[in-house]
Amino acid sequence: MQSETKSRVDRLSSSQGYPVAVLRFEGDIASTSKDAVLGAYHSLPKETTKLILLDFTGVEYINSSGIALIIQLLIEASNSGQKVYAFGLSAHFTKVFTMVGITKYANLYPNQAQALAAL
Amino acid sequence: MSESKSATVEMRLPTKLGYEKVAMSTAASVAKLHGFPEDRIEDLKTAVAEACINAIEHGNRLDEKLSVGVVLKADTDTLEVKVLDDGKGIGKQPPKPDIDRKMHGEEDPRGMGMFLIQALVDEVEWVPGADGKSSYVRLVIKLDKRPAESAI
Repeated sequence: MQSETKSRVDRLSSSQGYPVAVLRFEGDIASTSKDAVLGAYHSLPKETTKLILLDFTGVEYINSSGIALIIQLLIEASNSGQKVYAFGLSAHFTKVFTMVGITKYANLYPNQAQALAAL
Repeated sequence: MSESKSATVEMRLPTKLGYEKVAMSTAASVAKLHGFPEDRIEDLKTAVAEACINAIEHGNRLDEKLSVGVVLKADTDTLEVKVLDDGKGIGKQPPKPDIDRKMHGEEDPRGMGMFLIQALVDEVEWVPGADGKSSYVRLVIKLDKRPAESAI
């Protein structure tokens, strides 16, 4: 019933030339999304990945279990000295992420270009 | 859709994660028919989905022999949603989630459903069943035409 979560990793550079790993998600982010969210994150080599950008452009539905997975990713990234940013959230989920406090630990940007320009 | 008519929609969902999206979509359709603005419909969708997830996971404890009832009542300026399950209801409300405690491993990353419901709707009450096993959550979201009016 849940729309399967797809994820993939792209390697880009920020406007200042820093390497950025972009985790792109599609579908729903819910309790069934653990492999797509945390599995994709775990595939990134910690030694060389210091900036992580989460792309929610293709995501339509995120529930509290999905938000918990994002928080789990933020915890692991913080413990590994990585910085996480995000873009592509709808106005509603931007509000929800702000309500639950995720924006204290991951800056949100409207789109990829603005995110890369800020890193 | 008439501005003066009320409407009731009832459904029963399987106790299976993912079916909250059926209630979510139906609630959104009813709200749209009654002229609710897009931002309130998005609030309603998340609140209804979280209420159904709670009913599936905690009320019915994922028992697929049970079902979750959803009753939507819309009138000119409010939409009431009741989500019914076969649980005892909540004993006491969990504390407001604290992102700093979660980030420091002092609080489970999960447990934000009830907080989101409370934050996104105008009224919410969790009602334990009189027989000690059936309970429901009642959500009310109010039509707010101010954004559309101010945009004119």
